[in-house]
Amino acid sequence: MPGSLAKDAVKGPPLPPDAGDFGGGGPGGRGTSRRASLTGMVVLLAAITMMFAALTSAYVVRRGMSNDWNALPLPHVLFANTAVLVASSAALELARRRLKSGRRGEFNRYWTAGTVLGMLFLLGQAYAWHELKEAGIFVATNPSSSFFYVFTAAHGIHLLGGVVALIWVSVQALRLQLGPGKRTVVEVSALYWHFLDGLWVYLMVLFLFWG
Amino acid sequence: MSSPEVHSAHHAPTSFIGKYVFSKDHKVIGIQYYFLALFSVLLGMTLSLLMRFHMVHPDMKVGWFEKLWPTAAAGGIMTPELYLSLMTMHGTIMVFFVLTTAPQSGFGNYFLPIQIGAEDMAFPTLNMLSFWTTFLALVVMVAAFFVQGGAPLSGWTAYPPLSGVGRISGPGEGMGQTLWIISIAIFCGASLMGAINFIATTLDLRAKGMSLMRMPLTCWTWFVTAILGLFGFAVLLAAGILLLLDRTAGTSFFIPAGLVVSDQILNHKGGSPLLWQHLFWFFGHPEVYIAILPGMGVTSQLLSTFSRKPIFGYRAMIYAILAIGFLGFLVWGHHMFMSGMSPYSAFAFSVLTMTIGVPSAIKTFNWIGTLWGGKIRFTTAMMFALGFVSLFVTGGLSGIFLGQPSLDLYFHDTYFVVGHFHMIMGVAAIFGMFAGTYYWFPKMFGRMMNETIGKIHFYLTFLGVYAIFTPMHFLGIAGNPRRYADFTNFEFMNSLMPVHTFMTHAAYFTAAVQLLFLFNLFWSLKKGAKATDNPWESTTLEWTIPSPPPFDNFGGHHPVVYHGAYEYSVPGAAKDYVMQTDPAAVSH
Amino acid sequence: MLLGPVVWVLTVVICYFFVAKTWWFPLPISQHGLQYDEQFLRTLVVTGIIFFAAQVALGYVIVRFRDDGRRASYLHGNNKLETLWTSATAVLFIGLVLMGTRIWAEVHWTEAPADAIPIEVLGKQFAWSFRYPGPDGKFGRTDLKLINDAGGNPFGLDDHDPAAKDDLVSASLKVPVGKPIKLILHTRDVIHNFFVRELRLKQDLVPGMEIPFHFTADKIGTYEIPCSELCGLGHFQMRSVLQVMSEADFEKWKQEQLAQK
Repeated sequence: MPGSLAKDAVKGPPLPPDAGDFGGGGPGGRGTSRRASLTGMVVLLAAITMMFAALTSAYVVRRGMSNDWNALPLPHVLFANTAVLVASSAALELARRRLKSGRRGEFNRYWTAGTVLGMLFLLGQAYAWHELKEAGIFVATNPSSSFFYVFTAAHGIHLLGGVVALIWVSVQALRLQLGPGKRTVVEVSALYWHFLDGLWVYLMVLFLFWG
Repeated sequence: MSSPEVHSAHHAPTSFIGKYVFSKDHKVIGIQYYFLALFSVLLGMTLSLLMRFHMVHPDMKVGWFEKLWPTAAAGGIMTPELYLSLMTMHGTIMVFFVLTTAPQSGFGNYFLPIQIGAEDMAFPTLNMLSFWTTFLALVVMVAAFFVQGGAPLSGWTAYPPLSGVGRISGPGEGMGQTLWIISIAIFCGASLMGAINFIATTLDLRAKGMSLMRMPLTCWTWFVTAILGLFGFAVLLAAGILLLLDRTAGTSFFIPAGLVVSDQILNHKGGSPLLWQHLFWFFGHPEVYIAILPGMGVTSQLLSTFSRKPIFGYRAMIYAILAIGFLGFLVWGHHMFMSGMSPYSAFAFSVLTMTIGVPSAIKTFNWIGTLWGGKIRFTTAMMFALGFVSLFVTGGLSGIFLGQPSLDLYFHDTYFVVGHFHMIMGVAAIFGMFAGTYYWFPKMFGRMMNETIGKIHFYLTFLGVYAIFTPMHFLGIAGNPRRYADFTNFEFMNSLMPVHTFMTHAAYFTAAVQLLFLFNLFWSLKKGAKATDNPWESTTLEWTIPSPPPFDNFGGHHPVVYHGAYEYSVPGAAKDYVMQTDPAAVSH
Repeated sequence: MLLGPVVWVLTVVICYFFVAKTWWFPLPISQHGLQYDEQFLRTLVVTGIIFFAAQVALGYVIVRFRDDGRRASYLHGNNKLETLWTSATAVLFIGLVLMGTRIWAEVHWTEAPADAIPIEVLGKQFAWSFRYPGPDGKFGRTDLKLINDAGGNPFGLDDHDPAAKDDLVSASLKVPVGKPIKLILHTRDVIHNFFVRELRLKQDLVPGMEIPFHFTADKIGTYEIPCSELCGLGHFQMRSVLQVMSEADFEKWKQEQLAQK
C-alpha cells in the first residue's frame, strides 16, 4: 500500500541535475532553486496561455454570432514587427547557448541585440496603433478592432515585463556580474520571451485568417 | 519574476517591518492572510446580518442606517438598492477574501512548506507580493462602499448588461462597479502569484523521501487547488478586462443592440450576455472547489489523527481530489441551465455534474471508513472536522437536485440554491477553517486554545448553521426567489415570513456565538497554556519542530521522510503513531 | 459522544419537514408539472436515503468508536468496498439525471405544437408586458424610438403598421385553459427571468435573444409571476400574474380589448 510501512525504501524526488556543483545536493541547494524557477516559469506560461485562450474563445464566439464583424485592415508594419520579434528571439537563443559554453563576450552582444530588438518591437506596435488611429479605427469602432486592441495590449504588457527582465540581465552582463550562477535567470527570461514570440505568431495567424 | 532565494546563507530579518510587515517568511505571510480573511469574514458576516434584518423588517426605521448611508437609507429605511449592494459585497467578500484566502493562502502558505520538509516556499519574495496585492485588492473593494452611488448591486456574479452599461442600470453601477472589477482583476493577479508558488514548491521542494504518494492529503488539496486557481483566475482576468472595456470604452463584448435602459437607447451592438456567463462560470465553478478542497484536506488530516487510524483509502482520496479538480473545469454550464444556452449542452453539463458527485461521495465514504474502528479523541479540532462531514453531506446532496436541468426549471434562482451553496461554502468550508485553526493554533503560536470554550463554540455554531441554512431549502421548494430585498409584493410569500424570521434570529444567535471564538483566539494568543511540539500526537512534519517553529522551520537540517502521513496504531510500534521522519521500520 | 445523538436528532428533524411537506410546492397545473413532481420525488427518495444513512452512520461511528481505552484497527482501506460504493453512486446519480431527461426534452428539445397561441413576453426594469398578435395572427412592427411606458406602449408598437394595430398589450398573462401556449421571451434592457411556480417552469429573458418557450395550463386560476433573475433595484417588485381562464372567457377578454382600441 502506498505510503505504508510495508516496503520502506527511501524514495524521493530525483536530485536536480547540477546538484553537486554548488554545495546544494538536495532541497535548499542552488540546484533545487534552479529547477523551481523553471517550474515556476512553466506554470506562469500555462496561466498566460489560459488567459489568451479565454480571449480567443470570446473572439471566436463574438465573430460567429453577429453580422456586424468587419475584417480589420492590418497595418503593414505588423509584419515587420513580427520579423523583429522573431529575430530578437533568435538573438536571445544564440546568446543563451553562448553563455552555456562560457563565451561571455558573445553572450553580451547577442543578448543586448535581442533586448534592443524587443524594444523595437514594442515601438513598432505603438506605431501600428498610431496607424489604426489615423485611419479612424479605435477600440469601440468594430468588434474586430476591439479584439485587436485587447489582444495587442495584453501581449504588449506581458512583453514589456519581459523587456524589463531582458534589460536587467543586459545590465548585469555588461557590468560583468553575470556568472554561471545567474544562468537560471537567463534561461527563464529566454523561455518567457520565446513563449511571447510564439504567442505573437499565433495572434498574427488569428488576425490574418480569422480577422 | 523574482530570482529564487538560496537558503543556506539565509538570515532572519531583524527589523519590525522586515519581520511582521514586508516579511518573506511563509509563516508570517500565512498568518497575514489568515487575519485578512478574519477581518473579511467579520465584515461579510455583518453585511449578511444587515441583509437578514432588512428581509424581515423592510419598513423599520433604524436611526444609524441614515447616519451611515444618508442617501441610500434616507429616513433610516434601507432602500432596495442598498440591500442589493450589501448583498453583492457580502458575496464578493466572502467568496474572494475569505474562502479563497484563508484555507489556501492562509493555512497552505504556513503549512505546505513545512509538511513537505522545505525551509520556505519556492519564491518568498513573490509570496510577499501576493499577500500585499491581495491586501490592495481588498482596499479597492472596500473603497466601492465610499464612492458616489455606493457599492455595485449586480451580485458577486456581475452579469451584464446590468453590470456593463454603467450607472443608468442602477445606483452603484457607476464607479462602484468599476472599482469592483478593478479589485477583482488585482485579486486575480495575486492569486496567480500564489498559484505559481504553491505548484513549484510542491513539485520541487519536497524533502528527501517525501514522494508525492507520501504527502499528507492537505498538501494534495493545496496543490490541486493551486492548479484550479491558476487556470480559473486567468480566465476571470480576461473576462474582467472585457467587462471594464464595455463599461468605459464603448465596446460591446457583452452588450447587444437594441437596449433601452432608463429611457435611453444604448449605443452598443452585437455583444452577448451569455459570453460573460460562460467566461465567469468557467472560473466560477473551479472557484467553489478552491473554496472546499483545502477544507477536505484538513478534515482528512484531522479524522485520521484523532481516530488514531490511517486514512481509509489514501490512494482513492488522491484520485478523488484529482477527479474533482479535473471535472471541476467541465461542469460550469450547470450554473446556466436557464440562461438561454443550448439545451443540448445543458444535458451534457448535467451528466458531467452528476459525475463529479461521485468523487465527493467517495471522500465521504472514506471519512466514515476512517472513523470506523478508530479510537476517537474529541478535541475541538476533531469536532469541527466531524461537523464538516455532516455539513458536506447535507450541502452536497442538494446539489443532486440542482444538477438536473429538469429540476432546475423550478429551483434556479430560488432559495434552494442559496441554501445549497451556503451549506457547502458558507458552512462546511468555514468549518474546515475552524478545524484548521484549532488544530494548528498551537503550532503557529506556541499556545493552546481553550478546549471548553472551543467545544461550546462548536456545538452552538453547528446547531446555529443548521438552523439558518436548512430552512432555505424549504423556502426554495415553496418557490421563494433569491436576491429579493423583501417579500412583501407577492401573496405566496406571506406564509413564508415565519421561516425568514426564524432564520434571521438563528443568524443573530450564531453570529453572537462567534464572539466566543474571537475571545478564545485572541485570549489564547497571550494567555493560552504553552504548547509542546506535538500536543496532538500527530505524524506529519510540522509536529517534529518546535511550537512556534524557528525562522527556517527545520533549524538548518534537512528532514528525511520514511513513511506516509497516516501511520497510526501500527501493530508492534512503541506508540500509537509513527512520525513520518521516524526511521524505525516496523513490518506488518 | 454527544455529537452522535445531536446529528441523529438533526437528521430526524430535517427528514420530518420533508415528509410533512410543511413548506412545499404549490399544486401543479400542467402535465409537465406532474412529471416534474415525480422526478423531484425520485430524487428526494434517493438523496433522502443517502442523507439519512450517511448522517446515521456518522453518528454511529462517533458513538461506537470513541476512545474508551480501545485499540484502533490499522486498516488502510478496502478496494472491494471502494469499488462497490463508487459504482453504486455513479449508477444512482447518472441514472437520476437520465430519468429526468424526458422532462427536459419535452420543454426544450421539442417545438411548440403548431396550433399553440403565440404570446410575446416583454421584460423590462421593472415590469412585465404581454403582447398578443390579434386577429391577423401577426405581431406588428416595433421600434425602440416609439417606446412610451407612461403612454401604455412598452413594446414601441408602430401604429403605421397595420399588423401592429390589432396587437393586444396586457400587463398580465391571460391564457385559455388546456390550450398550448407559445411564449416568445424578449427583454429590452437587462436579464430577467419568467417563472410560474405552478407550471414548474422558468426561463431567462436575455437581451439580444428571442427565446421561445411553451406550456399548457390545465387548471383555471391566477398564478403569480415573480421575476427570477436579478435585474436591478426593483427586482423584488417585478410581478405579474398568469390568469388561466376558460376559452369562452379568454375570447371575451380579447373582444373587449379589441373593442377598446
